[in-house]
Amino acid sequence: MFAAISAPDFFTFAAAAIAAVAGAIGVVTLRHPVHAALMLVMTFFAIAVLFVEQGAQFLAAVQVIVYAGAIVVLFLFVIMLLGVDKKETVFPKDSVSWKLPAGLVLSIAILVELSILAKGVWATGAHSVTAAPNGHSNVGVLARAVFTTYLLPFEATSVLLVIAVLGAVVLARVSKIQEDISSESALEDEMGEVNAR
Amino acid sequence: MGADPLLLGKISLGVLVLVVVKVVVAFAVLLVTVMLMIWFERKVISDMQNRIGPNRAGPFGLLQSLADGIKLFFKEDLVPDRSDSFVFKLAPYLAMVPAFVTFTIVPIGGYIKVFGYSTELQVADPPMGILLLLAMSSISVYGVMLAGWSSGSKYPLLGSVRASAQMISYEAAMGLSIVAVVLVTGSLSTRDMVLSQQGSFFGVIPHWNILRLGVIPFVIFLIAITAELNRPPFDLVEAEQELVGGFNTEYSSIRFALFYLAEFMNTVTMSAIIVTLFFGGPDGPDPAPLHWLWPILWFVIKTGVFAFIYVWLRAALPRLRYDRLMDLGWKVLIPLSLGWLLVIAGMQISKVAGFSMLAALIVGAGLLYRAMAVGQRSNATNAMSASLKVAPKDALDSRAKFGDTHVVSGKRVVTRISAEGVVSSKSGGDPDGRT
Repeated sequence: MFAAISAPDFFTFAAAAIAAVAGAIGVVTLRHPVHAALMLVMTFFAIAVLFVEQGAQFLAAVQVIVYAGAIVVLFLFVIMLLGVDKKETVFPKDSVSWKLPAGLVLSIAILVELSILAKGVWATGAHSVTAAPNGHSNVGVLARAVFTTYLLPFEATSVLLVIAVLGAVVLARVSKIQEDISSESALEDEMGEVNAR
Repeated sequence: MGADPLLLGKISLGVLVLVVVKVVVAFAVLLVTVMLMIWFERKVISDMQNRIGPNRAGPFGLLQSLADGIKLFFKEDLVPDRSDSFVFKLAPYLAMVPAFVTFTIVPIGGYIKVFGYSTELQVADPPMGILLLLAMSSISVYGVMLAGWSSGSKYPLLGSVRASAQMISYEAAMGLSIVAVVLVTGSLSTRDMVLSQQGSFFGVIPHWNILRLGVIPFVIFLIAITAELNRPPFDLVEAEQELVGGFNTEYSSIRFALFYLAEFMNTVTMSAIIVTLFFGGPDGPDPAPLHWLWPILWFVIKTGVFAFIYVWLRAALPRLRYDRLMDLGWKVLIPLSLGWLLVIAGMQISKVAGFSMLAALIVGAGLLYRAMAVGQRSNATNAMSASLKVAPKDALDSRAKFGDTHVVSGKRVVTRISAEGVVSSKSGGDPDGRT
């Protein structure tokens, strides 16, 4: 059932998988939020490498651009600008005894589920192919799917995103107009002073 | 992976060795180029400022960068007490690695044969090609951002927040101008981009993307890239009058040198990328003898021209103010590149579609300009009315009475009026008639 995997493929997979798992463990164990965010970046990169190995080059690039490049940068912005403490200060006091066994049971359940999914095809359908289908490029196949079969969901998603952006702008603006000028951002105050001189 | 004939067959040990050799050679060449680039920049700026510049180490001061490097290497390496030492040490590498990785996708020449293996003169030719540039430019934000944050000091933090905001803002414009190139090429691979630019219009004018796309995407890309690299006139990151030295204030010794190296490596890489995207890469006249040499030569010459342009910009232009920088990015470059993308897409279909898109772009630009003017005015009015605790209309009236029609920001007007001891005025007047 499993095709023989070539040595370069195997090494790439092993390295990327180890990096991904190590990063994921780092995210949950490291105490410092910035370190945890960096570990998240490492996981994203490792997953991007796995995508490349599967022939999903475009997905790999998007993974790095969107997740590592935009979302984690946003996380870091929030962490840095809100001045989160260097160490986690809130510890749950009720570290009751049932959490550990419950976690173990859950993780075993997930492992079993994953192995069933990996072994059989009844849940996922046929296994994915490792090359781009029919010799078309990644982008070509993706674009054809997005702009023909899934046109409506795609457009609906883009409208949703635009609404979200507009909503954010409106929420940010309304409070500003209603509030006193003194509560405007420090930057604008500073600029105003420069202008006044 | 990719179209490189080297990697099409089975991956043998020889292929592996060859790939490693390619990477090492490219890295070494890039390092030497960076050394020369630093010397070149200092020399050219000296010339423009009527100075001599470095002239002690080696002929024409050529070895100056080497001397500086050795000096920095042996300097004491400080890690500030309040810094986050792991991230502090990591950040310089995060700044440098993307610069090199971006360079790997630049095609330098045609094909060569080494030990029976035929390969492309470029380190990597992945099918996702130019997306790697976008990915790496979003990664290079980390270097600057983490350097400033981990220093545990306020000026570096301010510098890095500025830098990352600026880099994120200009990434959008950069991406959109790259999309224009992808649109006419029909492929993401950098080699395909270069190949599609070969040939000429009417046998004389080169078939380069700068002409195929109209000049606008190139101009947008050049501006966006300059901002992305934090090069002058967009170097607010290291505005020394405001921020001491910017994000690298706390760095010393070899780590500081790495940031310096990253900056110049980025400059060289981006010159090469501009040449690849808009100026045909290694394309050029190809006389019969030395067939393999000419493409490389053309590529080096074109890249050199852009390296010179970067230096020239640095010597000639003053630094932008921060709000102007953001205005340029968000209000000019992004709408313009979106509109021009529509025009190019229209031209791909037919001339009629293209020109109607152009008309739509012009109308849209007019509307947007008008909307911004109205928005700015109502902003200023609102800010003023808030400070005077009166309705917006009354605030406008009071301003009309005192004849202050020059609205730059709400604050300025406020200062003036309060200096005259007037809080509000209810005299009539047409609020829209005089601005």
